[in-house]
Amino acid sequence: MKKIVFALAATFAATAATSALAADPYKACFIYVGSKTDGGWTQAHEIGRQYAQEKLGDKVEMVALENVPEGPDAERAIERFARSGCGIIFTTSFGFMDQTLAIAAKFPDVKFEHATGYKTAPNVTTYNARFYEGRYIIGQIAGKMSKTGVAGYIASFPIPEVVMGINGFLTGARSVNPDFKLKVVWVNSWFDAGKEADAAKALIDQGVDIITQHTDSTGPMQVAEERGIKAFGQAFDQIKAGPTAQLTAIEDTWGPYYEKQIAAAMDGTWKGGESSWDGLKDGILTMAEYTNMPDDVKAMAEATEAGIKDGSIHPFTGPINKQDGTVWLKDGEVSDDGTLLGMNFYVEGVDDKLPQ
Amino acid sequence: MDITQNILLTIMTAATPLLIAAIGELVVERSGVLNLGVEGMMVIGAVCGFAATALSGSPWIGMLAAVAAGAVFSLAFGVLTLSLAANQVATGLSLTLLGLGLSGMIGESFVGSAGVKLGSLHIPVLTDIPLIGRLVFGQDPIFYISLILTGGVAWFLFRTRAGLTLRAVGDNHASAHALGINVLKIRYLAVMFGGACAGLAGAHLSLVYTPQWVENMTAGRGWIALALVVFASWRPWRVLGGAYLFGAVSIGQLHAQALGFGIPSQFLSALPYVATIVVLVIISRDRRLTLMNTPASLGRPFVPDR
Repeated sequence: MKKIVFALAATFAATAATSALAADPYKACFIYVGSKTDGGWTQAHEIGRQYAQEKLGDKVEMVALENVPEGPDAERAIERFARSGCGIIFTTSFGFMDQTLAIAAKFPDVKFEHATGYKTAPNVTTYNARFYEGRYIIGQIAGKMSKTGVAGYIASFPIPEVVMGINGFLTGARSVNPDFKLKVVWVNSWFDAGKEADAAKALIDQGVDIITQHTDSTGPMQVAEERGIKAFGQAFDQIKAGPTAQLTAIEDTWGPYYEKQIAAAMDGTWKGGESSWDGLKDGILTMAEYTNMPDDVKAMAEATEAGIKDGSIHPFTGPINKQDGTVWLKDGEVSDDGTLLGMNFYVEGVDDKLPQ
Repeated sequence: MDITQNILLTIMTAATPLLIAAIGELVVERSGVLNLGVEGMMVIGAVCGFAATALSGSPWIGMLAAVAAGAVFSLAFGVLTLSLAANQVATGLSLTLLGLGLSGMIGESFVGSAGVKLGSLHIPVLTDIPLIGRLVFGQDPIFYISLILTGGVAWFLFRTRAGLTLRAVGDNHASAHALGINVLKIRYLAVMFGGACAGLAGAHLSLVYTPQWVENMTAGRGWIALALVVFASWRPWRVLGGAYLFGAVSIGQLHAQALGFGIPSQFLSALPYVATIVVLVIISRDRRLTLMNTPASLGRPFVPDR
């Protein structure tokens, strides 16, 4: 059914796009996996797009297509954009990776930017944020705040990005409480408020007193608020859904990156085949206000944030063991980016078997 | 707050919207009309319920608004398929598309605003009985309505003359017409009842389940409700069983994951669908009985010959 919605949406977008082709401004196009107003991942991209539009003004015309499902259908949406005269196309979800590359090969003159992927091409650049830095900080907070020593993690799909987030969170928690445990529930969806809320309830019923999520709705935050436990906002400040529950949120700030890349595409300095992976220090990632926590925890979180920004702290610094107890990083060893981007194993302390 | 009670409550909350939407669709299909627009009517109910609650401050008004919105929205389907005899499958699908788009538009200004929860029942002493108190006496109003609806529909369809007439229309509209029954009027009423139920199911999502409005918040529940009706072979109590089974396995698999049994999560996620289909197929394996329960005129347009 989503496919039909999508097909219609794509058709409308394509017609709208073709009719606007006559105009002069440079055209930048965005493909979103969710709704512009999801209060999470996609909304953060939309705000970034609006920021870039404001900065670049009339020189750029922007088109965004929302609710595009991941998988083969995305290919049609991207192709329609490519045909309709888009100079640069941003595909903003991991699941658009292969489709982006397939279309990029057919349209060598169009520039492509794929978010959170690991494959590039002469006209495909990837961009990502070091979300694990933020997850390390919230992990530390969880380690301090949890009384039971067990946190619950609502996860979407077992892709490296999500696994990296889980490991980042647990590594942070274990840096302050070496016995910290993590329960993981996969909901196999990026966005299903009801199911995410059910997962949160299941985790709380099993004794976790802090939840965090790698899914996009505010469902879990609401449950946390209702049950009187703590939680962390995802991709977006979710304090409205959990005024007494949210400790902080990892906020994505894509605006400056979009502005820079579109400007580069317009003046011909854009480069393909690059991989941009910035973090807290570059401002692509920011932490929402640390709140609902004692001052010493807040001070610790701020110190860690400062440490990550100045480079004195790298979340994945040994000694860290894999889940089965074998050594992943020796004492003082820092993980390389390649391992992180292809992460397919848990660190020690995760109470779950990684779906393969 | 004991854990068994909590789990059962979660299951019932997850099953209630499916049950209500499916009961509504059951009546529609029993009258011989196939409305695939359940998802669309549900999402319209969700957004109208939320919006009316936000504007009026009362979730009760929100609930009524959702019911009304679902019924009115289903009229669009009624006019096209009944009065104009358009293809029911195509019209139902477009109703879903329209509902999803329209709800996004209506709800744009309500995204992210704090929801008001339809309060749960609380009777002193009774609600505090251990183990069963909150299950029996402490749930949300829509849960109780869902049970009344199921019982009411079962009684209406099989114990009243009007129910018999409705089933007759669904089984053979030509004969019913020949007997002087106003086929279109009955189908209109059935379609609107289905719309009202879908709207109420939507209100459950945006006022009880997760009191908020987000686009596409039904997330396919309307389709599950549709499937439940067929697999329950158009019998109200089986729909209830199917909805609760689906809810139980959905919540059970989340608990199994949280316990860390190491069963692949993709398999667990598919389990509610598999289990519900298997069980309902097994109980409906008597083909004669299934045939008897299938509305014979399902999906066929009726054009009265004047």
